[in-house]
Amino acid sequence: MSFQVEITPENKVYGKTPLLTDNVMHYCPGCSHGTIHKLVAEVIEEMGLQDKTIGVSPVGCSVFAYNYIHIDWIQAAHGRACAVATAAKRLTPEKMVFTYQGDGDLSAIGTAESIHACNRGENIVVIYVNNAIYGMTGGQMAPTTLLGMKTATSPAGREAAIHGYPYKIAEIVSMLDGVCYVTRQSVQSPAAARKAKKALRQAFENAMAGKGLSFVEMVSSCNSGWKQSPVDANKWMEENMFPFYKLGDIKVATEPKEA
Amino acid sequence: MEEIKLIKGNEAVAEGAIRSGCDGYFGYPITPQSEVLETLMELRPWESTGMVVVQAESEVSSINMVYGGAACGKRVMTSSSSPGVSLMAEGLSYLAGAELPCLVVNVQRGGPGLGTIQPSQADYFQAVKGTAHGDFKMIVLAPNSVQEMYDHVFDGFDLAFKYRIPVMMLSDGIIGQMMEKVVMTRQRPRWTKEEVSQISDSWATLGKHAGREKNVITSLELDSQIMEKRNEHLQAKYRKIEAAEVRFEESQMEDAEYVVVAFGSSARIASEAVSMARAAGMKVGLLRPITLWPFPTKRIEELAGRVKGFLVPELNAGQMVEDVRLAVNGKVPVWHYGRMGGMIYSPEDIFNELKNNAR
Amino acid sequence: MKETVIIAGFGGQGVLSMGKILAYAGIVQNFEVSWMPAYGPEMRGGTANVTVILSDKAISSPIAGEFDTAVILNQQSMDKFESKVKPGGVLIYDTNGITRHPERTDIEVYAMDATEEAARRDMARMFNTMVLGGYLAVRPVVKIESIVEGLRKSLPERAWKLIPANEKALATGAELIRKVR
Repeated sequence: MSFQVEITPENKVYGKTPLLTDNVMHYCPGCSHGTIHKLVAEVIEEMGLQDKTIGVSPVGCSVFAYNYIHIDWIQAAHGRACAVATAAKRLTPEKMVFTYQGDGDLSAIGTAESIHACNRGENIVVIYVNNAIYGMTGGQMAPTTLLGMKTATSPAGREAAIHGYPYKIAEIVSMLDGVCYVTRQSVQSPAAARKAKKALRQAFENAMAGKGLSFVEMVSSCNSGWKQSPVDANKWMEENMFPFYKLGDIKVATEPKEA
Repeated sequence: MEEIKLIKGNEAVAEGAIRSGCDGYFGYPITPQSEVLETLMELRPWESTGMVVVQAESEVSSINMVYGGAACGKRVMTSSSSPGVSLMAEGLSYLAGAELPCLVVNVQRGGPGLGTIQPSQADYFQAVKGTAHGDFKMIVLAPNSVQEMYDHVFDGFDLAFKYRIPVMMLSDGIIGQMMEKVVMTRQRPRWTKEEVSQISDSWATLGKHAGREKNVITSLELDSQIMEKRNEHLQAKYRKIEAAEVRFEESQMEDAEYVVVAFGSSARIASEAVSMARAAGMKVGLLRPITLWPFPTKRIEELAGRVKGFLVPELNAGQMVEDVRLAVNGKVPVWHYGRMGGMIYSPEDIFNELKNNAR
Repeated sequence: MKETVIIAGFGGQGVLSMGKILAYAGIVQNFEVSWMPAYGPEMRGGTANVTVILSDKAISSPIAGEFDTAVILNQQSMDKFESKVKPGGVLIYDTNGITRHPERTDIEVYAMDATEEAARRDMARMFNTMVLGGYLAVRPVVKIESIVEGLRKSLPERAWKLIPANEKALATGAELIRKVR
């Protein structure tokens, strides 16, 4: 049976942004990264920033982000993306520079680089994908792993007495004067993805306007790491992650930062 | 325009950076090199040449800022002293793996650990052989004067971009802290945007445009066959550098029976010792490697065929002496003379070593 | 001409800047110059010293095992550097706080009551310049005019008003120094 559709403006309901490459993504089915990549690519396209954007990819599942979006990329050492982005932006201030980092990269090994880039008020965007686990290395505990959550390095569930508490770095960086915008979003539904895209657009506009650092957290699921089906993982995220990592804007600076 | 200044080696690095067209400096305070960052902050080059200067939160951050700046095709650098350079190890491996050009200055102090703030040359192995994980090399320049700390900024950037390789200037607390006359003849502007584009658009992250595919700066490759090819490419580049970029200086070698091999500050002290030996009738010459990698192996091999022995004074427990021994390959004796922990030998001390060994 | 001088005393006595002024004057007279400090956190109260070499030829080693001249401003430095003066060389010392005076007879020894006189004449901040004046009276390796020009080159313009006081201190130092043997 052959099946052909003629594409006309009338019957076209969706178009893939040309900024996304045709490479097959290495992410697990159900992973949030693919959706977030798509949103980032769409925002860059819609703002006409392809030739002006430099992405900084981390170490972690999204290390290969550079395979999926048609922009120039710098792959950073584990945790150092914000330092790399600092120099890229300072040396080429006309560029749109963003980092794309996971919870291990940004809020464990890269805490110092992240907080200090925030505090200096670098005019960059930090996209922080928090799925409360180390996906790439096989499901170990992250700083953001919830209490009681089972991982490869907290097999009996995270216990505060042994592992300490999960922490909210978005709230921490929201206290810093160099940061103009902190928001926590997710992409588990079309409605959520639309909101997340708006937040990304806001962040990119802030960076181009020189307002300081914008920090966009994406609370995400990792069904492989959590050992759940994609549907169950999204449900578990809504029931367990969202009460702790509350969605919404955390900081929207109305005044421009002082020079 | 010729300018002459009486300044410290560390200040010469800062002056050299501004006048060599450096685009960005990223650093963190540590004795005995803090004057580099201090001088740059005092001179405010962002108001004159547009050069960016950032005090980072750590050496880890500094070297990764260098990585980010180099990725954008810019002339970027950092400086530190021994413990801080250890913190940069990871970043240096990434820079080498991603083939990024940059300049890193190490004003060495004594170790191990927090060690001492006094001068030392104990980071030779680190600079030349064991910087960090993986098979990689940096070109290593060893200045022996304040003038050379100025000039090596220029040479460092030139070599870094010629081969897309990190270059290390291996200085020490003596040369960094002492003041000498510097003639700042060499001066050049920063590259314009068009020049950067011309030089580096084929690989750097200047923004993806219609004229080319996206550029990706990375050292990662999960396919081992491809990763081995990348390694072979790096090694081929290193062989090219070994063939073309060896730099050394000799004095009184024509009739020499004994050769002193010394680098950096030690070469200055040793040259006085060689004069003392000559005055005492001993036939002694001095070989000063200016590049520690690539090393003047061939020249030492040649000399080993006609002299009676080599003395290698270093402010360490015996590091460069291993490379001298490899080159001499057992033909004649090779002696090491060292001081550690920030202690410095005098010309008389080296002269005595010569008298005791050369007979 | 080659002069290798070590200036040694307490941090805060102006040891390093005295060496700097001498080095700048050397540059004015087109000498090759090296200024090598014993650096470190011992800026105040601890010991400090600097080796200055002035030469009409390129300077090989900035590090010296022995010195043509030693300018010694405290007892610790006397203990450390008296033996490092070349035979026939010069030792100049400030008498303040010295409990063991130099003993060598194969060198020229000069003394200054510089600390005491500087306090008495309300010139405490010019102490190091006074010592420099004494040194140059004994070892005229650079001209006083070169010192003044060196100061002008090394000081910011707002500090030039201090130059006449420095000139006076140089002259005072030259008067104060006396030969011991």
